Amino acid sequence: MQSVRTEKAQAWVKVGAIDEIPRLGARVVKTAEYDIAVFRTADDRFFAMRDECPHKQGPLSQGIVHGDKVSCPLHDWKIHLQTGIAVAPDEGCTATFPVKLEGDQVYLSLTPNEGCPNQ
Amino acid sequence: MKEKLVLVGNGMAGIRTLEELLKLVPEAYEITVFGEEPYPNYNRIMLSPVLAGEKTIDDIILNDEQWYKDNGITLHTGKKVATIDRLNRKVICADGTIAEYDRLILATGSQPFVLPLPGNDLDGVISFRDISDVDKMLEAAQQYQHAVVIGGGLLGLEAANGLMKQGMQVTVIHLMDRLMEKQLDVQAASMLKASLEERGMQFLMGAETEAIIGQERVEKIRLKDGTELYTDLVVMAVGIRPNIELAKKARIHCVRGIVVNDTLQTYDPRIYAVGECVEHRGQTYGLVAPLFEMAKVCANHLAQHGIGLYQGSVTSTKLKVTGIDLFSVGDFIGDDKTEELVYKDEASGVYRKLVVENNRLRGAVMYGDTVDGAWYFDLLRDQTDIADFRKSILFGQAHLGDSGHGEENRVAQLADSAEICGCNGVCKGEIVEAITKKKLFTLEEVRAHTKASSSCGSCTGLVESLLAVTVGGDYSVAPHLKPMCGCTDFTHDEVRATIREQQLKSIPQVMQFLEWKTPNGCGKCRPGLNYYLLCAWPDEYHDDYQSRFINERAHANIQKDGTYSVVPRMWGGETTPAELKAIAEIAEKYKVPTVHVTGGQRIDMLGIKKADLPAIWGDLSKAGFVSGHAYGKAIRTVKTCVGKEWCRFGTQNSTQMGIELEKMTWGSWTPHKFKLAVSGCPRNCAEATIKDFGVVAVDSGWELHVGGNGGVKVRATDFLCHVKTPEEVKEYCAAFLQLYREEAHYLERTAPWIERVGLSYVKSRIVEDEQNRRQLAERFLFSQKYSQKDPWAERAQGEDAHEFEPIVQIV
Repeated sequence: MQSVRTEKAQAWVKVGAIDEIPRLGARVVKTAEYDIAVFRTADDRFFAMRDECPHKQGPLSQGIVHGDKVSCPLHDWKIHLQTGIAVAPDEGCTATFPVKLEGDQVYLSLTPNEGCPNQ
Repeated sequence: MKEKLVLVGNGMAGIRTLEELLKLVPEAYEITVFGEEPYPNYNRIMLSPVLAGEKTIDDIILNDEQWYKDNGITLHTGKKVATIDRLNRKVICADGTIAEYDRLILATGSQPFVLPLPGNDLDGVISFRDISDVDKMLEAAQQYQHAVVIGGGLLGLEAANGLMKQGMQVTVIHLMDRLMEKQLDVQAASMLKASLEERGMQFLMGAETEAIIGQERVEKIRLKDGTELYTDLVVMAVGIRPNIELAKKARIHCVRGIVVNDTLQTYDPRIYAVGECVEHRGQTYGLVAPLFEMAKVCANHLAQHGIGLYQGSVTSTKLKVTGIDLFSVGDFIGDDKTEELVYKDEASGVYRKLVVENNRLRGAVMYGDTVDGAWYFDLLRDQTDIADFRKSILFGQAHLGDSGHGEENRVAQLADSAEICGCNGVCKGEIVEAITKKKLFTLEEVRAHTKASSSCGSCTGLVESLLAVTVGGDYSVAPHLKPMCGCTDFTHDEVRATIREQQLKSIPQVMQFLEWKTPNGCGKCRPGLNYYLLCAWPDEYHDDYQSRFINERAHANIQKDGTYSVVPRMWGGETTPAELKAIAEIAEKYKVPTVHVTGGQRIDMLGIKKADLPAIWGDLSKAGFVSGHAYGKAIRTVKTCVGKEWCRFGTQNSTQMGIELEKMTWGSWTPHKFKLAVSGCPRNCAEATIKDFGVVAVDSGWELHVGGNGGVKVRATDFLCHVKTPEEVKEYCAAFLQLYREEAHYLERTAPWIERVGLSYVKSRIVEDEQNRRQLAERFLFSQKYSQKDPWAERAQGEDAHEFEPIVQIV
């Protein structure tokens, strides 16, 4: 595991190489305050969100990824990877974070996107 | 440009079709709806409670005008479509409104049959079909005293009950000598009549109306035998006819209804028909459940999705008269080929009759206590062989081994605060409110909105009963064949058969071959497919890591705080001082917060951080432990007593048997968790009779028991057979396990599996067919060659390291 020091929250943090994150899977980025899950879909899109289900804070990184959603391992809520919003009729939302690719490296911004109460 | 879709008929079947369609392809069509009534879509089956004053019109509106707007649907209410111009593909209304279509759905419903009697056009002579009829009845109840209902069928009795509740004196005139003759036998009908009479309803049976008499408004009616009755209101409820006038005029083939094929298309393939106006394979339907099944298939076809076919429905009946429970399904009269099973207790007002042919249910009629209606319906629809529980079938499903609830299952009488779903803490009141406020119709919808019965599923029957009580009687338990999940229309059995026949060897291959509707399945079907593939091809299949639940990926049980628990295997529940010392040292070294002894005779270490798992496993491996698979859909534990070696009652070396069984079976993946036990004598201290496979030693050998479980629904095992030697025990055990592995549905435990396929079937494969037993056992042992690898040792040496540590730590 790598340890990275950041000064500014705005900065892009290097997460690692694409192949370190399994397709239809996730890896965890640990920060001082909370964990962030970085997901990879079957068609190699990458998303990041706080590793807490809006329902009972289940670790979403441990769920099963399907399409552009993840099923929480605790009570099977489904969360949209792009928006962090729970699939209806469940209601709730978890903060998402910007992700970008440079070459084969994945970068994450620690400034959450606007919109969710737990950002 | 979008294709144009026109729906004629703004009722439950038509709108349900649009809802299903919008779920599949929200943008595919530009949709226009014509409805003759001035209301948006409402729940017609709830008109009876409205009449009885138990609900209001607003309560029963299913889709308000906003819904049409939100979905971009053009709605014309109060407009009657007069003709269909099939050549130019447009519909034309009586008022001249025209709409063009590429596809057309006819959902024109049905019309009440009006008796051709003199005076049937007088004021105060109405039928019971729509909101305006209900309004007229409510108005009459304000001003007048006496009402006559012609027709003692379902609708007639509901109307009569409603009018009585509104304060009128009601007489029901019925042509036949028993009420609801299409739904009830003589006994149930007479109990119903007695109970309605007690409430004040009057009956004239075997009576035929000759004329309705009055100046402008009805004043009296005259029967064929000359009797005259004074009345202020006549409600005709003598049956409904499919409304096919429009279709006939457009020269679309109709017999009793508009004739459709299995994809709900009429003889003009651009024109579909759904609902009560339809005739499918010679049948017409007037209940809501078949309409919804049709809607689903029709929407699938309109969306150009897959393979859905409508193959007809079996329907059941319940009367929506508060306080009266009756239920009937199928052929409950029977003939010379059938037998009757009858339970009758007139003093308590309970009656049930089952009609059986060749040990399969053909029909059922129940009065007074209908809790088991859904179960009988299931047995009938699945054509389950009831030979194994025929003697107790009349006492209901509770007698099949559920030793917890029984009498509490009468949902209608429960208080709103009564807890229905113990897992998710959902009370009756919440479920009823969700059903009414959110207009839910199916079990899946109730699960999604309330979470009730979405965890362990043991309250499914209660939730289904609540649905039946709340939305009205003709709620049906489930569609004909349950697909594996929302990603496919194929059932578990079809998917498994296809995997074998087509030699499909990976999840993407299965999904491609069976045209999965989602790009990579969901959290429900992927673990199931993964299991089916590894069971079918033990030596070839490459396990799909990302299709495993987290517990099976991390080889430990996730706990509510995201930590894990670790349970090392202790063969047959036996351990040594050295093993216990090793566990104690490991627990201290990793500061394990809780150490717990499990019900399966193992030691559970709880509260372990995920990152520590590989190291703990490394230490456990060094001490000789392997994974206990306490986290998997797998062989869990073999529980034993101390047996002949120590116990003065012991008859065989049962502890050794337990150890050998565990060494043979460990590591195997199964459809659901699988537990074993071996007891040394019939005192059964190892509780073998509530295990998936239980062995009880007796003086003459070994008794084998199958299909038990503790937990949510306690079920004692069924006795499989008696064998003499330890070798036989092992062969039967391997064969039973393999049969279960090959034929049960994923996440189906042995108990429901055996109830589904029947103990006789299991015996025929394992006890009576020696060759088959050998082959099953061989296949099991073959697959064990590939599954008996300790996942903990592998991971302690670095396999799947990415699973256990964060990718980056930001400080």
